[in-house]
Amino acid sequence: MAKRIDVKDLDIYYGDFKAVEGVSLTVEPRSVTAFIGPSGCGKSTVLRTLNRMHEVIPGGRVEGKVALDDQDLYASSMDPVAVRRTVGMVFQRPNPFPTMSIRDNVAAGLRLNGVKNKKQLDEVVERSLKGANLWNEVKDRLDKPGAGLSGGQQQRLCIARAIAVEPQVLLMDEPCSALDPISTLAIEDLINDLKSQYTIVIVTHNMQQAARVSDQTAFFNLKATGQPGRLVEVDDTQRIFSNPSEKATEDYISGRFG
Amino acid sequence: MSTLSTVDESAPPTTPATPVGDDFGGRSGGRAFRDQLARVVMWTAFVVALIPLVWILGATIVKGGQIIASVDWWSLSQSGITARREGGGAVHAIQGTLIQAAVTALISVPIGVLTAVYLVEYGRGRLAKVVSFMVDILTGIPSIVAGLFIYALWVTTLGFQRIGFAVCLALTMLMIPTVVRSTEEMLKLVPNELREASYALGVPKWKTIMKIVIPTSFSGIVTGVLLGLARVMGETAPLIILGPYTAVIATNLFDGLMPTLPTMIYQNYSENLQPAIDRTWGAALTLILIIFVLNIAGRFIGRFSKVKS
Repeated sequence: MAKRIDVKDLDIYYGDFKAVEGVSLTVEPRSVTAFIGPSGCGKSTVLRTLNRMHEVIPGGRVEGKVALDDQDLYASSMDPVAVRRTVGMVFQRPNPFPTMSIRDNVAAGLRLNGVKNKKQLDEVVERSLKGANLWNEVKDRLDKPGAGLSGGQQQRLCIARAIAVEPQVLLMDEPCSALDPISTLAIEDLINDLKSQYTIVIVTHNMQQAARVSDQTAFFNLKATGQPGRLVEVDDTQRIFSNPSEKATEDYISGRFG
Repeated sequence: MSTLSTVDESAPPTTPATPVGDDFGGRSGGRAFRDQLARVVMWTAFVVALIPLVWILGATIVKGGQIIASVDWWSLSQSGITARREGGGAVHAIQGTLIQAAVTALISVPIGVLTAVYLVEYGRGRLAKVVSFMVDILTGIPSIVAGLFIYALWVTTLGFQRIGFAVCLALTMLMIPTVVRSTEEMLKLVPNELREASYALGVPKWKTIMKIVIPTSFSGIVTGVLLGLARVMGETAPLIILGPYTAVIATNLFDGLMPTLPTMIYQNYSENLQPAIDRTWGAALTLILIIFVLNIAGRFIGRFSKVKS
């Protein structure tokens, strides 16, 4: 089910502006990779190229290669819509669809892509909500609006919505930055559970979080203001946090800058 | 808890609060005054704005309430009734207004909503700028000019008769820009995160617009359409040119003149005889009532699209 991600010599542009340059990394299936680095260094941008979401912004384009199990995501025959079905995404701010009930939110991905069978949808809703550790809290109010849940519950609802379409990879863009510590813990536990089935890439500003949840950590930085962001170093999380090979990584992690 | 209270008890009684230089608890006299002043100005403005509304409603109800409270008003036309005589009803005008408004909406709403979707979701570059500019120009066209334009096109150039449908065309010119502008505002209010959430599920753009963006802004779009419709239903100038008043029921848009409430008001007002003046007020109140009912209906449609909490 989970797939491997290979990024090779990736440059990302918005119009003529080069936002990120020269990123190469590999994400193993069924592992968690954390992207850390100061604001504006391009980690979210890199994340969004993994499911071609950066193309939603006018002028967004890439050079280089992103492959999912040897399948080039940017091949001319590849449909971005199909890529996004395979690589799901959870955003920084919980964004349940306000016109939909909890049930419809989870089923949205399937229903909007034409699945009508009610029994199948109900099964998917239950399985996804259980997968997102939310089932017990909402099973009696599936027809209530999704926007009526608390922030942490909404974010788990969004995770349930993302895994309902059974993606191969799950991208998370600072999924806990709008949440309180208890909800954050719930999401982190969930990431640990989901790891057994999905390849996960998570952007975070919280270094303890990166240390807690990830197997591999990638540190991004800007060379200088106005220069494109770049990948400084990627390694096992333990190594990055104990004995990084780059001075800049150590400075960032020990809080000497950023 | 207990430690806190002991601390409180053991603390020496504080000296009575006297305003000192660095006291930040008190309100400065000048700010309190300005606050009071702003409050008074706002309430006055509110009341002043309310006066004409209440006045118009009151006057129309007092002067037109009696005549529309009869069964005849809602079941008869003015066929065979002269300005001197009382009696008859407004069914011909009510029907005409409703038919014309419905057909105008039927033409304008799809064009207006689709234009707004283009401008907000797809429009980039030159074409979008031109379209947006054209809508601005259309918004500024005086209604009588729209009437004259359709007259020149329909009667002078094409040589057709003046019929109800020509009125609808003129009204469409007035309704499209209001629908475009209000729908555009509503679509812009839909947060981009919702579009992205939908794309991230592998939903194509057109389906995202149909199933996420438009439903999210649906009640706002309905409100905008109803405001446009209310404006169009009260429009008189193009009707005087393209569809003068007749006293008999006419429901065929493509054959002959079609009476409406605004032209009924205009016609009866110019008679200057008491029975006709009563009918003027009656028709005015009827028009207000119809628009009021439409707005209530719009609220229900807007609510219908939401999940019940």
